[in-house]
Amino acid sequence: MDSVLIPEGVKRCSPGKFFLWTLPWLGLLGWGLVSAFLCLYKGLNQTNMTNYFAFALWIVFDLAVIALGAGAFFTGFLTYIIGKKELKDIINSAVIIGFICYSGAVAMLGIDIGQPLRGWFIFWHANVHSMLTEVSFCITTYLGVLLIEYIPIILENRKIEEIRELRLFGNNLHEIMAVFAATGTFLSFFHQGSLGGLFGVMYARPFAARGGFYIWPWTFFLFILSAIAAGPSFTILCTKLVEKITRKKLVPDKAFQTLAKISGWLLALYMVLKIADTIGWAYGIVPKAGLTFMDFYKEGPYGVWLVIAEIGIFGIVPAIILLIPKARQTEGWLIAGCLMNCTGIVLNRFVFTVVTLAIPVMPFDKFVSYLPTWQEWGISMAVIGYGFLLYSLSYRYLPIFPKEKELNTA
Amino acid sequence: MEEAHGKGPRYGMTIDLDKCTGCATCMVACAAENNVTVWPDESDKQRNVAWMRLYKITNGKPFPHTEVSYFPRPCMQCEHHTPCVSVCPATATRLDPNTGIVSQIYTRCIGCRYCIAACPYHARNFNWYDGYFPKGKGLDKYLSPEVSPRMRGVVEKCTFCHHRLMRAKEKAYAEGRRELEEGEYITACAEACPAQAITFGDLNNPNHKVSKLAKSPRAFRLLERLGTEPKVYYLSSKEWVRKLADNYRPEELQPVTKAG
Repeated sequence: MDSVLIPEGVKRCSPGKFFLWTLPWLGLLGWGLVSAFLCLYKGLNQTNMTNYFAFALWIVFDLAVIALGAGAFFTGFLTYIIGKKELKDIINSAVIIGFICYSGAVAMLGIDIGQPLRGWFIFWHANVHSMLTEVSFCITTYLGVLLIEYIPIILENRKIEEIRELRLFGNNLHEIMAVFAATGTFLSFFHQGSLGGLFGVMYARPFAARGGFYIWPWTFFLFILSAIAAGPSFTILCTKLVEKITRKKLVPDKAFQTLAKISGWLLALYMVLKIADTIGWAYGIVPKAGLTFMDFYKEGPYGVWLVIAEIGIFGIVPAIILLIPKARQTEGWLIAGCLMNCTGIVLNRFVFTVVTLAIPVMPFDKFVSYLPTWQEWGISMAVIGYGFLLYSLSYRYLPIFPKEKELNTA
Repeated sequence: MEEAHGKGPRYGMTIDLDKCTGCATCMVACAAENNVTVWPDESDKQRNVAWMRLYKITNGKPFPHTEVSYFPRPCMQCEHHTPCVSVCPATATRLDPNTGIVSQIYTRCIGCRYCIAACPYHARNFNWYDGYFPKGKGLDKYLSPEVSPRMRGVVEKCTFCHHRLMRAKEKAYAEGRRELEEGEYITACAEACPAQAITFGDLNNPNHKVSKLAKSPRAFRLLERLGTEPKVYYLSSKEWVRKLADNYRPEELQPVTKAG
């Protein structure tokens, strides 16, 4: 039925099977749409956010997907700027994942703000001192860059390519992709950093506050580093998942290995700096605020286990796994390493968002808890549903893996 | 972002915690003055709007040594690197360099709530619901025409009854004066407090009572060591009360040497 749209020389499942595959993801999307309607129509009282938890699940999700989506810009940087040719076999996948993550995050933010129709005020009445202004500017423009990077992949569709003008346009975009890769890298460095700065500059919240260099708190640099450490791991995970689901080899091992090795080295460097930052914070910011390190880890479920989990189990361990060539060459260990790396970064974003707000600053204030409502989960899950749908459609109709034919001829 | 400097007025407040009885008249007066809405469930204190909020504190000792005190908490109108002002992406909140008052522009606020996250005093409230002033019950008749009611999805906070400053300035202008007299502009909470625990005025004017009280050895500020430079000062001779105003390591707290 849709065989004319499927790339030449590759096998795809029947349209019926594909339709059944999309159903759960459409379900998640539907759940999200109902939730979004309720939040926009009735207001944010549909969530469990309060004046204590002004940021909650959605911000954790946003920060997490933006960090994990960093694989797009960083793989682009490695492919087009550094010249790692083997990554051309995985760059399309990285770009699509990045586009899904960023567009999903922007859509979530549109619902998260109390007055969505005023979103453009950030650009019109911009406060140049706010990290959130920088985040908004860079994310919006970078989403444009991602779209430009995605368009040539769409234009490679068999039917679209038959139109001469579109084919030439796509080819020309390919030629100048290095320019967009460089622009994307520049923008991404700033918004990944600003997302970290968002917390580091909250100097009246000692749990999040950090010293820094000039106007940039240390979290600015740590967020960049953690994003480029986790992004490639997430690209590997997603692509491996596609390979598992389709039962095909889609990307040569060399591309996975290059990304895994770089991911491992960056994670190791991030861990060294993160530990230094934690020690500096514990001996600098914390006593200055009249507190001790353990004061932050006695409320509710947020014990010192968070530090052990984030830095130890989901930081140092995956760094070691990814740095040992024999380990990362074994598929099980590679997936475990990447999964733990990504978990660590998500945990880091959770700690900075939720734990920062959960710990009362005023000594007589009380610890309050928060659990998301089904509407909050709905909107978050919709991003996952949307991601699966967009990736599935791209995989079915676009030649996103240049080596697919070659690797599956035997 | 403007840092407030200069020789102009710096409006501030002292609250004598040893006088405060915890009657909450300040909260009621503030809400009535500033068109603070009520929502169907006002028992939800994590969501309800209160520009002035009363915290009950105890010394934690068992009876008969138990002591209780109250912390009325308006916006601290932070003077230095105001945490909420610097983070607002849409410039919807501002520290007025001429008065030291931190304002909120409701029609510009996009409701991102970054300011709420940045404020350690919980002085900012988000409008989780639509404003509720039911006509049949007469609540709408109490609305003040001087203060704009807020819409759903924006943040609001104590403005030191800024409209009262405007009113006082207009009166002074009509009378050909450039300066305001002491007491000509005071907040609703200061006016309503039956124990006269709240004193309001210009901290920069040495003749104003508030500037003298702020220099008292009994005076301290909430979370002072974070460096936000609040313009709300508290007064108390009780060491345990002073200790609860900030985070201290055991060796750090200095006892009050003499009563002010």
